[in-house]
Amino acid sequence: MTELLPRARPDAISEERVRLAAEHVRLAYDEQVVVDDLDLELTEGSFTAIVGPNGCGKSTLLKALGRLLRPTSGQVLLDGRAIARTPTREVAKVLGLLPQTPVAPEGLTVGDLVARGRHPHQNWLRQWSRDDEAVVAEALSWTSMSELADRPVDALSGGQRQRAWISMALAQGTDLLLLDEPTTYLDLSHQIDVLDLVGRLHAERGRTVVVVLHDLNLAARYAQRLVAMKDGALVASGTPAEVLTEQLLADVFELEARVITDPVAGSPMVVPVRRLR
Amino acid sequence: MATTVDVPARGAARSPVRARRLGTLALLLVLVAAAALASIAVGTRSIGVGDVWAALVDSSLGTEEAVIVRQLRVPRTVLGLMVGAALGLAGALMQGHTRNPLGDPGLLGVTAGASLAVVLAISALGITTPSGYVWFAFAGALTGTVLVYAIGSAGPGGATPVTLALAGAALSALLYALVRAILVSDQQTLDSFRFWVVGSLAGRDAGIAWQVAPFLAVGVLLALLNAPALNLLGLGEDVARGLGQRIWLARAVGLAAVTLLCGAATAACGPIAFVGLVVPHAVRALTGPDHRWLLPCSALAGAALLLVADVVGRVVARPGELQVGIVLALIGAPFFIALVRRRRTAGL
Repeated sequence: MTELLPRARPDAISEERVRLAAEHVRLAYDEQVVVDDLDLELTEGSFTAIVGPNGCGKSTLLKALGRLLRPTSGQVLLDGRAIARTPTREVAKVLGLLPQTPVAPEGLTVGDLVARGRHPHQNWLRQWSRDDEAVVAEALSWTSMSELADRPVDALSGGQRQRAWISMALAQGTDLLLLDEPTTYLDLSHQIDVLDLVGRLHAERGRTVVVVLHDLNLAARYAQRLVAMKDGALVASGTPAEVLTEQLLADVFELEARVITDPVAGSPMVVPVRRLR
Repeated sequence: MATTVDVPARGAARSPVRARRLGTLALLLVLVAAAALASIAVGTRSIGVGDVWAALVDSSLGTEEAVIVRQLRVPRTVLGLMVGAALGLAGALMQGHTRNPLGDPGLLGVTAGASLAVVLAISALGITTPSGYVWFAFAGALTGTVLVYAIGSAGPGGATPVTLALAGAALSALLYALVRAILVSDQQTLDSFRFWVVGSLAGRDAGIAWQVAPFLAVGVLLALLNAPALNLLGLGEDVARGLGQRIWLARAVGLAAVTLLCGAATAACGPIAFVGLVVPHAVRALTGPDHRWLLPCSALAGAALLLVADVVGRVVARPGELQVGIVLALIGAPFFIALVRRRRTAGL
């Protein structure tokens, strides 16, 4: 088995080591403050899901963690270094991200899309190499997209399209991966398909994964750690069983619910009763 | 660990795409060569291919045909190649940056700025020859773009393709209003200006090509350097940044390239529409959206299209000729309509 896709080896993973951290972060669009004074630490090899009601600032937080949005105060640290002062390309070698419903130009083939994931590793002297070719081939095969490499992305189904984008992120070869609602607009079986893929990236490739998810039951099933947000603040963080309590669902989601045990995965499962006012 | 992994599957699978791109490139090179030859041979006076060749290889040949070829037809053809390539390239850049299928180099205020400068040069300074007002046109083109950029980046979000296009449309409307105000009140200026404003390769001496050549060369270089960044920007700004692209740098390089290419072309020949709009569409249908192929192929196709239109203009109105700008509008519009009907053009 070749290991062309760079990965942290499981035995070398130090679960104590903080890879990505937010320190007293305040995030705002123009004058409107969305997230205020938030602290968060993400350790190596962890799989974290950020959950919360619409408009709670979870996607905004993910943008800041991915250097797409600069905090108005506080800072984001990548491996202990302020991410805002790290060159874009350096960040791109360590941290990959997929925005919600990304768009590809018409006619772009899956193979070309995945190949663009190699951009951070190329420059004017070092263009497309055999290494790049091999990494792209492996990323395609790992996501079961090899057969579709010559198909235009816009001709794929929603589930296949998401696989193609994940394949691109995989070809980027980063230790950290941030995904903003990767299951949006997918039916349940494709949601499971995509999250299985992300789960394998974490388990088999040792990637540190942060994912914003709407579906609490899926978040609890796949992630090791849940982070719950409300009104731009972090209100709970811990294992799914610690976070998904009936009290928290009432406080954060204004939802009366029972929490039972998922008969398949053993994780907590939310059964809604009614909306609280 | 060795990385010698055989990846025949993908290499083989990609070959049809690659073959089509190489085929497109070869086809365009042949087209450009044929168009250039036609442009030298065809005119009010047709000159045989043998005589053209003789005039080109033997610079001491003094026949009337040889003199026409060397002093009129070749400079005109060279200028057509340069301007056509510049407009095709600038159009592909604009469509790539704005992700707008109607992106046209004129959107940035280049044409309007150049027009106003030329009108001012004619009316205020009495300059009436193309080589005299080429610098005014170029300065006007640059000023127009800088103004559009300044207005478009004034908002809180900075310069985005949308704010730039809006600023370009607004400023162009204003500048054209000024142009019309001057023309309406000044018959003499109108007479000179109307030859510039239709867009023509005729009556430009060889010196003009050399005057604008350095700007075009820098513009072409910047455009080609911009290709990988445009490929990433096509995936959206967030993904592009995530892949390590500095957005402002990519935009600045692209904007500089469009200004140089379109400004120099407009200064040399007057505003020529349709090349920048139509060519990238036609080429994209053949090469796909990879700008490393799309940009050079658009340059070649632009050069071929402009020369063909110029030759057609010389043939249809013998013994006079129709300006290339008019011919392009006449053949460009139906072609574009056919293209839109055949193909979905949304979603760049």
